[in-house]
Amino acid sequence: MQSRRDMITTSVTVAGLLATAGLLPATAQAAWPKDAFAGKTMAEVAKAMGGSAPVVSADVTVSGPDIAENGAVVPVGASTTLTGVKSLLLMVEKNPSVLAAVFDVTDSVEPSFNTRVKMGQSSNVYAVALMNDGKMLYAVKEIKVTLGGCGG
Amino acid sequence: MADPMRIRAQAAGDKTTVRVLMSHEMETGLRKDSAGKVIPAWFIQEISASHNGKAVMTAEWGPSIAKNPFMQFVVKGAKAGDKISITWTDNKGEKRTDEATVT
Repeated sequence: MQSRRDMITTSVTVAGLLATAGLLPATAQAAWPKDAFAGKTMAEVAKAMGGSAPVVSADVTVSGPDIAENGAVVPVGASTTLTGVKSLLLMVEKNPSVLAAVFDVTDSVEPSFNTRVKMGQSSNVYAVALMNDGKMLYAVKEIKVTLGGCGG
Repeated sequence: MADPMRIRAQAAGDKTTVRVLMSHEMETGLRKDSAGKVIPAWFIQEISASHNGKAVMTAEWGPSIAKNPFMQFVVKGAKAGDKISITWTDNKGEKRTDEATVT
């Protein structure tokens, strides 16, 4: 039977091993989430990111043009007024690659990001806030594309 | 690896808006060349940004991000003269880091 001292030593060693294996949250977050980027629907992406089924929220905003002249370069943004946000995701529903980006939020940055995506055709664009507690809150906007961004 | 990133970091009070323009093909891996051969996927997967050496932001991208990617974000607590450094890593393992000073 282990003494209490031995048990604590073992626990600390195991925690150390877990940390170096990258299994503790801080390091795991920076790795490229392959399954999420392979997701073909918003639900698949949400599940792969470890979030619950996304729910609409007025506190999350997706920005972008109503009509994009050039589907190769569409400026879009994701932001939220909420606190306790782990990351902000951008998804383009009808793209072969639905998940476009994951922006990880820290205390040093505002939960507000802008980038440019390719859109193959007119589609809904989603900004999703993945909260620290696993909840997913989203906003959606339809962006019409006059010239598809993947060669027509 | 192509051209350096163009980074602009402008402070307004406690908030510094950082705009970055990167040079990268962001190939989806779904296009074919004129011979009918698939052009392999080649895109930036990971981004990290630091302020005076301290990590402030990371992002993970997929091939839906447009060619020559643009990104804008806001750093808190930076002031003129501080350094903002951005690093990207693509799916081939290539990396690039560029730095700018906050104005």
